[in-house]
Amino acid sequence: MLRLVSSLVLPALALALAACNPSALSEEEKAVVASLSLDALPPLPADPTNRVADDRRAAAFGATLFFDTDFSANGAVSCGTCHQIDRQFQDDLPLAKGIGTTDRRTMPLAGVAWSPWQFWDGRKDSLWAQALGPMEDAREHGGDRTSFARLVAQKYRSRYEGIFGPLPELAGLPEHASPKGDAPAQAAWQAMPGDKRDEIDTVFANLGKAIAAFERSIQHPQTRFDRFAAALASGRKPEGDAVFSDLETEGLKLFIGKAQCVTCHNGPRFTDEHFHNTGVPAVPGLPQDRGRAQAVAQVLADPFNCQGRFSDAPDRCDELRFMIREGEELERAFKTPSLRGAASRPPYMHSGQIATLEEVIDHYSRAPASEGGHSELDPIIFTDRGRAALIAFLKTLE
Amino acid sequence: MSRRTIVLAALGAIVVVAVAGFVAMRFFMAAPEGLDLARSKATVNGHYRIAIEPEAEPVRQGPLHSWIVTLTTPDGQPVAGAQVAVDGGMPQHGHGLPTRPQASEIGDGRYRVEGVRFNMGGWWVLKLAVEGSAGNDEATFNIVL
Repeated sequence: MLRLVSSLVLPALALALAACNPSALSEEEKAVVASLSLDALPPLPADPTNRVADDRRAAAFGATLFFDTDFSANGAVSCGTCHQIDRQFQDDLPLAKGIGTTDRRTMPLAGVAWSPWQFWDGRKDSLWAQALGPMEDAREHGGDRTSFARLVAQKYRSRYEGIFGPLPELAGLPEHASPKGDAPAQAAWQAMPGDKRDEIDTVFANLGKAIAAFERSIQHPQTRFDRFAAALASGRKPEGDAVFSDLETEGLKLFIGKAQCVTCHNGPRFTDEHFHNTGVPAVPGLPQDRGRAQAVAQVLADPFNCQGRFSDAPDRCDELRFMIREGEELERAFKTPSLRGAASRPPYMHSGQIATLEEVIDHYSRAPASEGGHSELDPIIFTDRGRAALIAFLKTLE
Repeated sequence: MSRRTIVLAALGAIVVVAVAGFVAMRFFMAAPEGLDLARSKATVNGHYRIAIEPEAEPVRQGPLHSWIVTLTTPDGQPVAGAQVAVDGGMPQHGHGLPTRPQASEIGDGRYRVEGVRFNMGGWWVLKLAVEGSAGNDEATFNIVL
């Protein structure tokens, strides 16, 4: 009898205990952990549409532009107003505030160069095209193209020309002109000859390209999770702050297992870079926001998109070429945000609808129906311990 | 019932529960057992034979990439001039492909399907619909990442 116990029951018991041990990771789980580690991040993707993407002078010029509040209608707003350098390049607000208040949450910037689509709805297909949007939005910088060109000529002529070549002749151009501005600015823009508009658009696009070159340098910092993953991958025992508590390990296992977070929050950036409807409620008082469904036409019509005449590689636009253009899946679909650093930057969702991580988990647990289109979520029941574990795990991504 | 029997029964129960939990957890993450992963098969109505292969191995989650489709008659003759349409998605998640792949003919009954992206791990299907000289037909391929 004793022999039976030792030969059959004890090995089975060992397997049972391994299955119960919250700290034990299966080989499959270890492979998923490795796929989430910063060590698995591919090299910075090239951006052939921006010929100065990897030019160090352009990046330095872009950094100057990024923080210069002169590029705004009231002289008080720069990219850095919402993308705050000491706050993961975001602003902790539910809705971004420039000159006015926008309809969306400011996105953090670490690792954005790995994203094929910019903004929550992907209405821009490059970092440089993205940078141009807020500069002319009346609620953000509220600027206009001829003012920007004139400011560059006054303040940064030699730096600009050292990178992009001679500035065009600006004498005689309207003070404020832009196809996106108020009615007088739009009228002034329409009154300009086509070749002058092209020259100004080129300067405007180049400002975006310099800012993009700077933004490409903003990397995800290594986290406790990455140190844990590195130890796991090399078969070492994690040491120091790479040691995960039982609660953190349970959270990790939930994240990549039953809670199915990793379905969308996958890869080293914890995002699939795609658009999903997760039933996040609309904000009362804001205009209807159809997310990706309204962005498709915008990116196709954008003169600064990959295929446009300001692109440096209009023949290399696979993302646009193979983009899904219609279908219910696009309704109220928003980009999966990276979860790196997310624990310390509430509020959450595309318009800051959810104030805390606890409430985010409530949302995924309840999986409410979407106010338009169909939510991809299925309800999940979490124990109190499971909720605490998920949050503990997310904090290892700081 | 002896004390030893009770202990053994209890141990046995623990083992059963734990192993069942372990298996369930693994099942949760995995594609269904016995999925047909063949990369070459006859189309549903038998008009053609289709083989698919990624232009570059391994197929990775994330990047846009291409597949080469080889279209032949059932007896192996290349089929030129067909229209190949691509659809697909993730049956377990109820969604389609994240992109709109397009096929173009490259000769010898071969077609390049560009613009494929698998943005998640797990079970994907690629459905190829063929309009060719032998009629309309289709085949569905399973891919597990």
